Amino acid sequence: MIRIFNLTLLVFLFLITKANSLIEIDITRGNLDPLPIAVSPLFQDDNSKKNSINEIKVENVGSEISSVVENNLKTSGLFNPLSKEAFLQKPDIAHLKPRFEDWALIKAQALITGKVTIENKKLKVEFRLWDILAGREMMALAFTTVPTNWRRVGHIISDKVYERLTGEKGYFDTRIIYVSEEGPKTARVKKLAIMDQDGFNTKYLTLGNELVLTPRFNPSSQMVTYLSYFKNLPRVYLLDIETGTQEVVGDFPGMTFAPRFSPDGKKIIMSFAKDGNSDIYTMDLENRIVERITNHPSIDTSPSYSPDNKFITFNSDRSGFQQIYVMKSDGSNVKRISFGKGLYGTPVWSPRGDLIAFTKLHKGKFYIGVMRTDGSGERLLTENYYQEAPSWSPNGRVLIFYRETKSNDKGEGFSAKLWSIDLTGYNERQVQTETDASDPSWSSLLSN
Amino acid sequence: MNFSKSFRNTFLVILLSLIVSACATKTTSTKVEGQMQGDVYTGTDTVKYLADGVPDRVFFATNESILTTKSRDTLRKQANWLRANSSINVVVEGHADERGTREYNLALGERRANAAKDYLITYGISADRISVISYGKERPVDSGSNPLSWSKNRRSVTVKAN
Repeated sequence: MIRIFNLTLLVFLFLITKANSLIEIDITRGNLDPLPIAVSPLFQDDNSKKNSINEIKVENVGSEISSVVENNLKTSGLFNPLSKEAFLQKPDIAHLKPRFEDWALIKAQALITGKVTIENKKLKVEFRLWDILAGREMMALAFTTVPTNWRRVGHIISDKVYERLTGEKGYFDTRIIYVSEEGPKTARVKKLAIMDQDGFNTKYLTLGNELVLTPRFNPSSQMVTYLSYFKNLPRVYLLDIETGTQEVVGDFPGMTFAPRFSPDGKKIIMSFAKDGNSDIYTMDLENRIVERITNHPSIDTSPSYSPDNKFITFNSDRSGFQQIYVMKSDGSNVKRISFGKGLYGTPVWSPRGDLIAFTKLHKGKFYIGVMRTDGSGERLLTENYYQEAPSWSPNGRVLIFYRETKSNDKGEGFSAKLWSIDLTGYNERQVQTETDASDPSWSSLLSN
Repeated sequence: MNFSKSFRNTFLVILLSLIVSACATKTTSTKVEGQMQGDVYTGTDTVKYLADGVPDRVFFATNESILTTKSRDTLRKQANWLRANSSINVVVEGHADERGTREYNLALGERRANAAKDYLITYGISADRISVISYGKERPVDSGSNPLSWSKNRRSVTVKAN
């Protein structure tokens, strides 16, 4: 089916200068002063341009890659890519040795330069990151891959630059799986869709014949677990993205739903509803052994493991209303952790382990927020008419979720879109999708 | 839903019953021109019929799966009809409104459908004639974003399976 993850990417590490540099970005606080960075178009000679048109129908893949980088850095909210019109130095010359004073003049603090060649059906990209204030090279890398992978090269460069300047892993070479939505509210057609985190390369994984909901990646991002109403039996399924193979994993005598992988990828945790009661179960994917984790007459759903597999956070109305709970992964030591005003749902454990993101409903408004795993330090990041289901970026710095708009009495004005926001509460922005979209899940970092 | 709204609804119901008992002539004037009682839909806009006089659906308060007096009346009619038509099996579909998280609503829809199913069983209908399915908030019947629309969508619907 879709071969998106098999990639032969060779990364050559030229040099990473770890010497003290003058620029660095603190991403733990809201960044109101993004770093001015110049992204010089990657240089490509004329011969390579011809090959580029032949191979991938893109004339200047060098400047296209730098646009990918520029867009990623800008979207992160931590960088301010400067206008190319102000650049004084030509891309090929700058790549050899920038005239730092020229770049300082346009207030750039960092500079990315590079060079692209396409020869023998291979795309070779080298790039350098320069510290303008210190007047020296910070990093130099080269990649060789197939030409059709050019957007991924842009994402990988973005990740390298982000990591070098913030000290944390990036999240650009990632994908989002989500539910594509079309049609009127009363007869919505939903399909599984996958795209690069910047909204490009959308592919549809189901045809829309049956209702599908809540897709989630496994840790290697090659498998997806989701809820499908195939043959009108709502059950948890497993999909291999590369082969397209689908199988039911939650074939219980009743509805299975709210699936998620354990962080070690060995189990699927989900809810099983029978006779009006939903409890949490796990299934071991290797031996198919099913284990019951909760046993309570209330609704127990939306389970999510801690990254060390030792704990589970989940949603329950055992107190009378929807609240967030944490328990050991064998189901013991159940503790309620949400005590603020309102209802709490969709808890999801941060990949860094220290926070739980959630949806909160209070006085007719929906919030996306985070709290520590003991329930302390609740912080609401965004308020809206309707939004829910946050999913963490692999570095735990950004949340993606979906938001719905209010419709009038005829159902007009309704939309469902993906949005992202930094953990700091800053940098809220819509994530572009081809159709209406909901239930996003962020993949792990695909390279390195 | 939240605490204050739920208290308000409870309060409304209590207030309403006070009005009803105090003044029999004012029973029809509740909320939204008599189409809601508390926040339970009492109108007939979306209702279909399994047979003459047998409504196919019952409605629920926000976040609730408790059957109202009217719902129990409807389900008794369904049970009578099912007894008289012993070859017919049914699916009870449970639904929620759009003002809740998707996964919780799936569980809530299942709870509502089972509340209806259990009532049919207590009125003598065999459990193996009734299956349930929850659609959560995925299949609203009214696409508006207002309390009346939501009340129509918080429902369980009994449909013929054969």
